[in-house]
Amino acid sequence: MTLTQQIITIALCALGTMATRFLPFLLFSARRPTPRYIRYLGKVLPGAIFGMLVVYCLRSVDLLASSHGLPEAIAIAVVAALHLWKGQMLLSIAGGTICYMLLVQTVF
Amino acid sequence: MGAAFPHTIPIFAGFWFLGITYGVYMKVSGFSFWYPMLMSLTIFGGSLEFVAVSLLLGAFAPLQTLVVTLMLQARHLFYGIAMLDKFKGTGWKKVYLIFGMCDESFSINCSVEAPEGVDRGWFMFFVTLFNQLYWVTGATLGGVLGSLITFNTEGLDFAMTAMFVVIFLDQWRKEQHHAASLIGLGASLICLLLFGAEGFLLPTMACILALLTLLRRPMEREGEST
Repeated sequence: MTLTQQIITIALCALGTMATRFLPFLLFSARRPTPRYIRYLGKVLPGAIFGMLVVYCLRSVDLLASSHGLPEAIAIAVVAALHLWKGQMLLSIAGGTICYMLLVQTVF
Repeated sequence: MGAAFPHTIPIFAGFWFLGITYGVYMKVSGFSFWYPMLMSLTIFGGSLEFVAVSLLLGAFAPLQTLVVTLMLQARHLFYGIAMLDKFKGTGWKKVYLIFGMCDESFSINCSVEAPEGVDRGWFMFFVTLFNQLYWVTGATLGGVLGSLITFNTEGLDFAMTAMFVVIFLDQWRKEQHHAASLIGLGASLICLLLFGAEGFLLPTMACILALLTLLRRPMEREGEST
């Protein structure tokens, strides 16, 4: 990517974000009720999007490579276990990341 | 200002940790500290900024960038709807309140009432400002410190995966039924197999929107019965 393309990419991220933050204040007044379809999407979209992002993060894992995606699978299990056990976001992220770094640097 | 600060202390720890991780991640991905600094200032949305690193490393794809941004940030629409009333009458501060309405600012401003005698607008303004300050300084610091790091950072990018796994789990536990989460995972996996790692995001998002729209009736009914 050239510098101009990078700037355009970042600007699009910023503009898109601002659109989602400002739009409700431009579209809806507190008096007018929000359309049901929009409220429905608001309820169901987050779960689907974060499911997609987990897959997006793992998109380049090659199951046929020598490690067979094992470090990723183990580290995700660690993240999930820590999170279900303690419920502290930072601990879960830090624990899983350190575990993954150890795995890819020393074991696999 | 004094009233707002205590509420933001937990965010401080979180934002510095994630912000520094993000800055270091950008640095080891080959970007100078200007990138995390300016991106955290202008975008001010953690999950998108992590994704933006991969977008910047890939081929230039403006349409995909915009669609990813809109889909990923769509939740702000609903924060906004929730805050329509609360931001009313805050004058010029309203523009900044909306600009800085990230997940964390929203959750504080939505759940905490300004103490008696403290102006609501200023209270929310400082909550937002403190949060952004933490995030920008963390990200910049990470970008600067990234070059001093001598240990092996291979695998640091897993922080992003871990973050999304955690958010996904939190979502999962909040849901009455898991159809939406499963649609997200399933549609992504199928599209990844069909379209490959480079171009699977757009078709995935189209599939998710289509499936959620088609399944609206049964999902709403199920949501009401539980």
